Amino acid sequence: MAQEIWWASPSFWRKSAIWVTGLSFVILIFLTFDTVKQITAGSPRVPAYSVINKRIDYVFNTERNFQVPVIGQDEPLFGKMLTEEEAEALVSHGKLTTQAKNCMNCHTLLGNGSYYAPDLTKSWLDPSWGSKEAREQGMVDFLMNPQDRLHNALGRKMPNLGITEDEAKATVAFLKWMSSIDTNGFPANFKPIDQADAPVAAAPATAEPAPEVSAAPAQQ
Amino acid sequence: MSALGILTNANLNGGQKLAVKYFTVAIALFGAQVLFGLLAGIQYLNPDFLFGILDFSVNRMLHINAMVVWLLFGFIGSVYWLLEDESGVPVAGLALGNLIFWIFTLAVVVVVLVYLLVQVGPGELKSIWLINEGREYIEAPRWADIGIVVCVLAFFYNVAATFMKGKFTGIAGVLVLDLIALAGLYLAGMYYTPNISMDQHWWWWVIHLWVEATWEVLVGCLMAYGLIKTMGVRRKIVETWLYIEVALMFGSGILGLGHHYFWIGTPEYWFTIGGFFSALEPIPLVAMVVHAVFDAGHHKLKSTNNPALAWIIAQAFGNFFGAGVWGFMHTLPQINLYTHGTQWTASHGHLAFFGAYATMVIAFLYIALQKWRGGVYMSSNLAGAWKWKWAIFLLHLGMIAMVMGLLIAGYEQSQIERAIEGSTWMGYFTAQAHPWFVQGMFWRQIGGWVFAAGFVLLAWDLMTIGKRETRPALVHSEAEGT
Repeated sequence: MAQEIWWASPSFWRKSAIWVTGLSFVILIFLTFDTVKQITAGSPRVPAYSVINKRIDYVFNTERNFQVPVIGQDEPLFGKMLTEEEAEALVSHGKLTTQAKNCMNCHTLLGNGSYYAPDLTKSWLDPSWGSKEAREQGMVDFLMNPQDRLHNALGRKMPNLGITEDEAKATVAFLKWMSSIDTNGFPANFKPIDQADAPVAAAPATAEPAPEVSAAPAQQ
Repeated sequence: MSALGILTNANLNGGQKLAVKYFTVAIALFGAQVLFGLLAGIQYLNPDFLFGILDFSVNRMLHINAMVVWLLFGFIGSVYWLLEDESGVPVAGLALGNLIFWIFTLAVVVVVLVYLLVQVGPGELKSIWLINEGREYIEAPRWADIGIVVCVLAFFYNVAATFMKGKFTGIAGVLVLDLIALAGLYLAGMYYTPNISMDQHWWWWVIHLWVEATWEVLVGCLMAYGLIKTMGVRRKIVETWLYIEVALMFGSGILGLGHHYFWIGTPEYWFTIGGFFSALEPIPLVAMVVHAVFDAGHHKLKSTNNPALAWIIAQAFGNFFGAGVWGFMHTLPQINLYTHGTQWTASHGHLAFFGAYATMVIAFLYIALQKWRGGVYMSSNLAGAWKWKWAIFLLHLGMIAMVMGLLIAGYEQSQIERAIEGSTWMGYFTAQAHPWFVQGMFWRQIGGWVFAAGFVLLAWDLMTIGKRETRPALVHSEAEGT
């Protein structure tokens, strides 16, 4: 029998498999420590939950050559400034609502999920909400009663998922917070809602029903 | 062994008796996957269909969950199938294995009933524990997560303890280490955080490192055993190839995780790492094609089980095209910025899961049936062979039609919704209403029906193949090596 060549021997490849796997995993662990630090809420890439007290925009950054979230002046959600703990509790309630209502099996969040309904990464900034003033209540109304609001030419609608007013407000808080995450320019070329001329710290919108036209993202 | 052609458990060893239970549930869940996929597909074309009763979100969740579970059942069954054969000793804890099978199956039934009847819950932690976790692919509520980990640990014990007792082959070594990773990684998905970036970061540890690493290595083990069984390929050759595949698979796949870290809040260095390593991910899949095709050619396609060999070859190509080519097409961040979260991903997902995993489980179903019927003949000139041939043809034809329909829809979506309209809601619906998108989804649905027909034929063939056959299985002359 001929002498076995080293690169065709099982033992060489067994050792290679072990070393390659081990090394890759060690590198992954090191990168994971750094990544987790950078995506902890309160870091520059993933802002603290109290960012929902501020205006959030999505602006082209010439240095990085893509759009990045920009945190602006005070603009409390539903007209109420929240402490960090209150904001975290509200955003968490919203996140739990998105999970319990299975949002991800129609929508995408940060681009992950299902493709039957629009991506929600920047939904807080979507121009389809009409005006900045009508947006908060419009989103709440839509979430609570989406089933009759045809908002596209396809006849595709969101079902009524039994979302309560508290859950709807919390979901809006979660969506507003999510829009502040630095997603390296995803989605690209997004056209955010005009927030430039809005008055500072607008009056609470919770008590006033928004006009029907803004209660759903209107395409037609 | 009883008479040829008669389906009886007397033909099987202990592990194999357990394996066929897993296989039976797997094929039923495969049917459920096809059914809920058809319903979800219809809703794209007719949104009023079952609106408010079985909404798209429910159908889609059942479609992908049935897939994950039937493949897991198929894998577990396949490992139990080869366990005694490979180790040379009886399964260490067969009674435990049987108990776990029934618990696992019952849990799946309960989860499905809750998905169908309860569907959603209030925005509280208890919904995540009892109803639905709302995270793609791992929607199963937390109680079921714990159950899955317990089941996988019991399964791991059975595999490791059996091999420790008997022969610890190269396939055994890879399999045992892979199962540790499989069980351990699932834990990364079992926690709640309000931080969606953190959530998705760990979620990908489960999804990617299962699907693009540990599952791939698992099917590598199954392929190695399958090639030995169907063609009598020398063990040394398949095990050397298996080590090469593991080195390449883990070497590219572990850091290839980075291609999911482009847009979820994670740092920019993942562009380079994720792009580079995921671009390497097709290489082990090329190795698997070369391996399978070379061995098949070397043995002049003479096998003891033609349907199983056909599905093994289908796996090699399906894995390469579905996971490799379709994955590579949109894996670099420069294109992924526009394709991420579009039907492009769905096109890749369909071909990859079918090509890489469904095919291998089906190959094992045929290997199992041959012995279940007493070691019956399954080579050329088999009576009723048209059924398995038409099943494999229709399943592939339907899959290709679905994949191409979704790909065209994905092209259109990434251009119009993403690049031009910038992913606003209006941009999304403009793209969804475009004729190219609608046509893509229409052809996807046609493909779905063809695939469903292929599934029915496959199920019929599995129930009947070898039934009236009186010839014994061929014995490969090269079983001991040449």
